[in-house]
Amino acid sequence: MLDGVSRRPARHCAKYWFYFALSALILSDPMAAQIQNQADDGQWTMAAKNYASTRYSTLNQINTTNIASLKLAWTFSTGLTRGHEAAPLIVNNTMYIATPYPNYLYSLDLTKPGAPMKWMYQPHPEPASQGTACCDVVNRGAAYWNGKIIYNTLDVQTVAVDANTGKEVWRTKLGDINLGESITMAPIVAKGVVLVGNSGGEFGVRGWLVGLDAETGKIKWRAYGTGPDKDVLIGSNFKPFYAKDRGTDLGMKTWPGETWKIGGASAWSWISYDPGLDLFYYGTSNPGPWNPEQRPGDNKWGSTLFARRPETGEAIWAYQISAHDLHDYDAVNENILLDLNIGGQLRKTLAHPDRDGYLYLMDRTDGEILSAQTFGYVNTSEGVDLKTGKLKLNPTKQTGYNTVRDACPAPPGAKDWQPSAFSPKTGLIYIPHNNLCYESQAVPANYIAGTPFVGMNTRMYAGPGGNRGVFSAWDPVQAKTVWSINEMFPAWSGALATAGDVVFYGTMDGWFKAVDARNGHPLWQFKVGSGVIGQPVCYKGPDGKEYVAVLAGVGGWSGGVVSGGLNAVDGTAALGFANAMADLGKYTTKGGMLYVFSLP
Amino acid sequence: MRTGAMGICVMCLLLLAACQREKRDIRPSPTRLAIYGDAAKEDALRPGGPISPQPVVNNPYNGSAYDISEGQRLFNWYNCSGCHANGGGGIGPPLIKQHWTYGGEPANLFDTIVKGRPNGMPAWGGRIPEYQVWQIIAFIRSMNGEQPRSATASRQDSIETNPQNIVNRVRGKTK
Repeated sequence: MLDGVSRRPARHCAKYWFYFALSALILSDPMAAQIQNQADDGQWTMAAKNYASTRYSTLNQINTTNIASLKLAWTFSTGLTRGHEAAPLIVNNTMYIATPYPNYLYSLDLTKPGAPMKWMYQPHPEPASQGTACCDVVNRGAAYWNGKIIYNTLDVQTVAVDANTGKEVWRTKLGDINLGESITMAPIVAKGVVLVGNSGGEFGVRGWLVGLDAETGKIKWRAYGTGPDKDVLIGSNFKPFYAKDRGTDLGMKTWPGETWKIGGASAWSWISYDPGLDLFYYGTSNPGPWNPEQRPGDNKWGSTLFARRPETGEAIWAYQISAHDLHDYDAVNENILLDLNIGGQLRKTLAHPDRDGYLYLMDRTDGEILSAQTFGYVNTSEGVDLKTGKLKLNPTKQTGYNTVRDACPAPPGAKDWQPSAFSPKTGLIYIPHNNLCYESQAVPANYIAGTPFVGMNTRMYAGPGGNRGVFSAWDPVQAKTVWSINEMFPAWSGALATAGDVVFYGTMDGWFKAVDARNGHPLWQFKVGSGVIGQPVCYKGPDGKEYVAVLAGVGGWSGGVVSGGLNAVDGTAALGFANAMADLGKYTTKGGMLYVFSLP
Repeated sequence: MRTGAMGICVMCLLLLAACQREKRDIRPSPTRLAIYGDAAKEDALRPGGPISPQPVVNNPYNGSAYDISEGQRLFNWYNCSGCHANGGGGIGPPLIKQHWTYGGEPANLFDTIVKGRPNGMPAWGGRIPEYQVWQIIAFIRSMNGEQPRSATASRQDSIETNPQNIVNRVRGKTK
């Protein structure tokens, strides 16, 4: 806001005084005006905690001084054994848990001892949909809106369930498993519009994001990830910051022939929303197939960040992170909305830790890159040109029919879907990530609707240092790592930061950990029944106590070796991830269980 | 004298094996896609005890180098590898294994491919000609060392993707 004042000349007195008054108001409490300082009622109503996606709780009962006595309060079994990636929701003293396929929704009564089940809702997704999910049959959670729990099923439906009764309010089929589509993402609701995107970048889908009326489930608009501008919902208000992203019908013209129709660019992960700018932010998946030789061109709008309006879906700006993606570097990772002082100016930014290993700090009003520095080991590129916005590729790591070895990061990226947290108290972003490199060789991919469309043999392995995962704290202003913790396996869980200066995350070998937000020193850990790939959350119980909850249940792309019973003798299993995870079965077994912790 | 006779016997056997290896179906049968469901039992429990001898369905391409090689090509061509990788699995279960959910006999595999299975295995009936289904089955069986070594490929020039190589390596055999 302050920045806006300094830029815009006041035309007349009334306006001038309005701005003056507004400035005074903001100056009196500068913190409250920043988007990262969101009001917090102790509930958890969407997977990322708030629209800014900070995953930060203002609760501070559990803090660095007393966390050593944190104890298990109660548990709940989901009865399922595939990867549990969801964040539980806590609304009106009720906890809601969305599970992997078959996408159960559990409601637990937090007002009673042991949180007994109130009801269970079963959407009965088509069993065959399990054959169209690239990387385990996960679900990343639900969103609460106006008395309803809204979430997605693997077989491409969005359902709204009455939060009190568990009765279905509406259900909308958004796509077709016979086109290779599925949904695993957690929706958000902005201005009464449910935002949902499909998965299927490994199945030759044509990616999309839809806006649904939250009350009726009616589709209001659909923004495709490829194709002509009218399908991508690009109109006269579309103003990309960089020249490389400007032009007409680029979603068609940057593809050979009609391959854009099977070109991926799905929207299978996180969405953030800035109510002030009325823009929501998300990234698209890799273009398909992985084999880049079958799709010469920039392949827009694969691996792209978009800013759109929730009511119409209209695109306002876009920035393609990886033109002609060579390594499955989806741009789907979270966008944390932060108002930061950069170079003496308060800038409205978004922080995006990308698969390609760079943390892009961007001006979220127009898509300008403010900084882009690596947060993990990267050799597939040599920096981002801030003038042109282009990623400077390393010519020796370009995939194709040639065999490429020791390319880093591997396809799951320096970081995959596992969402970071931000603490306004420390000003740091807490990033769970991977440290993986890989070798690859393309093979021709045939498009057969409903089957995988990849065309790449890959094998992954640990990056430099031998640890496959890292959990680190990143200073978005200085654009550098402040501290980091090496983990044996990829840090595939979400992060949670609290006002108690404690940061939580889980590991694939089954430890749920708390570390000091300021220096990363280990404070507490608890061994859960299965590897943790879920998103920890924090809430205030009806008894006024602070609770921390997390789903255990190993799986996902990284944990498929265990949850899918894969045979790592073939290193190309699970798109090459099995090669890096062959020993996971020695450290964990499968099984979905919720763990809730509190002080005694 | 005895070793000589033994040698002749071994030579004859090798020759016979070589015949099978070189067997080539010049005109494969047109698409029929018979369902072998009756023959391919998926469960060991037989209510009332065993009944009359079960008909055995043999893969016509067992031991044929050409057909196993074709099976490998088709395994990629029809995107089987997209879900099952090079035998280790991913979206679908691994195929390098001992225990099969729906039976590992050739007739079971035929049913699985043609009819599909309810948790994600597509029904390929009407899409893949019957002889190609058998070629793919011959290749799948080779992943588990259930085809003669004389008929399976020994190595590939590129990134190692032939599971037979991996199986051999795991079993301590040379490439």
